[in-house]
Amino acid sequence: MKTSEIAPGDEVHRGNPVTVDRYTAAARVNHWITATSLVLLALSGLALFHPSLFFLTGLFGGGGLTRMIHPWIGVVLFFAFVGLFLRFWRLNLWKSEDGTWMAKLRDVIAGHDENLPEVGKYNAGQKMVFWLMSILIVILISSGFAIWDQYFSEYTTIDQKRVAVLIHAVAAVVIICVWIVHVYAAIWVRGTISAMTRGQVTGGWAWRHHRKWLRELVTSKR
Amino acid sequence: MFPPIPNPSTKPATPKFGEQDLMRRSASSVTPPAQRQTEVAKLIDVSKCIGCKACQTACLEWNDLREEIGVNHGVYDNPLDLTPASWTVMRFNEWVNPETNNLEWLIRKDGCMHCEDPGCLKACPAPGAIVQYTNGIVDFVRENCIGCGYCVKGCPFNIPRISKVDAKAYKCSLCSDRVAVGQGPACAKACPTQAIVFGTKEEMKKHADGRIKDLKSRGYKNAGLYDPPGVGGTHVMYVLHHADQPQLYSGLAKNPTISPIVEIWKGLTKYAGLAAIGAFAAIGLLHHVVSGPNRVSSEDEQNAKRLAEGGSR
Repeated sequence: MKTSEIAPGDEVHRGNPVTVDRYTAAARVNHWITATSLVLLALSGLALFHPSLFFLTGLFGGGGLTRMIHPWIGVVLFFAFVGLFLRFWRLNLWKSEDGTWMAKLRDVIAGHDENLPEVGKYNAGQKMVFWLMSILIVILISSGFAIWDQYFSEYTTIDQKRVAVLIHAVAAVVIICVWIVHVYAAIWVRGTISAMTRGQVTGGWAWRHHRKWLRELVTSKR
Repeated sequence: MFPPIPNPSTKPATPKFGEQDLMRRSASSVTPPAQRQTEVAKLIDVSKCIGCKACQTACLEWNDLREEIGVNHGVYDNPLDLTPASWTVMRFNEWVNPETNNLEWLIRKDGCMHCEDPGCLKACPAPGAIVQYTNGIVDFVRENCIGCGYCVKGCPFNIPRISKVDAKAYKCSLCSDRVAVGQGPACAKACPTQAIVFGTKEEMKKHADGRIKDLKSRGYKNAGLYDPPGVGGTHVMYVLHHADQPQLYSGLAKNPTISPIVEIWKGLTKYAGLAAIGAFAAIGLLHHVVSGPNRVSSEDEQNAKRLAEGGSR
């Protein structure tokens, strides 16, 4: 049997229009805790990254508090993301149709979904965002501990801290870029955001963007 | 002998330098004054040092610092390393000179070198937490410090220390407050052998020349001045009897420079990073303007309905 494209809680409801449950309430709460942490981390991190953005420390009650709170938000994000990872990793495994999808990136960007292969719950772009986020968060938390001097200064040498701070900065820039792609895709592909706000998408959305997933949901219901 | 700086008058004096004499200010751009003040320097003549630690005591006293009561580690070094309260420490090394088979006791007063190109200042993200005056003094401004420890990573000499009490960075200020009213640093004042002297950088170099000649005449053929060019020279210099091997003096760096990793982090990464983030955002915006939203059509909804209700497709 082929591996299922369905996650617990995914379900089709007949009606006009057809609606499809995509994310459970727990998954949504989990997502928004992660999202809030990521935004706060980006703001506080950028404040210490470039002098022209130092004013952002005002959002956190000044430079000292920004420095103190940033790593703790990182810990929150890490554990929140572990939750997302456990929920989503299986359906984000790479499949043969993902290669075809990637090869037709031109059609993806042009919005010609009719030329794309039918994909399951996640397309190749979403899978790449997922795996990049996973890898980058591991890199960020481990390099972050190496420069969390308040508690862990004795565990690394200054040379190691220098490497860690550079890796941390580069990984942070990359993850912010990945985040921009993630947010932009959700805005550009209309009908997506309701998946994370109300947990539902319309049948047409699922038909257009994740037809394999929709077909399997319909079949499994019969 | 270098003529000591006379005692100050008891009348109030206006500082000789201040905000208007900043050459560099961390995480901010300043326009340096047209006229640079005469560069000052502290010269530490290692060959004259007797290891009495009067300088350490004077530093604690003048700067009103309280070091924790330590324990005897079995060596003269006390405390073993610089701390937020000990801005200077004497480092003792026993070395057998292979050429003469003599035991040499190499004592170096460690502390901030006041680099002409300060790595701490380059790394600092907090505007105005580290400043450099045109006379060469690199000073930490505590009220602007956020305690991130970036200065520790920037420093090529491993000098700044972050306090566990107030989470702020501490290091030697070259007694900028004393220098501002025409005095030398407290350590120089206290030194009983004139191993520490203070004056203009030119005077110090000239004085060092005399000392080096003297040392050479006594057989220290490699005697020389430590004023490392890799950091643009320093405003704390050493006279070393073995200037060819500075590492002998408890690991004094042979050719210190700001780590290239710090240069990349604070140079390329800073600009390329923001540019990349900006480019991603701009491409997104542009894409939306050019190709418009990706909308679900009513046909898509009809197809989904047919599928859900069991029609085949």
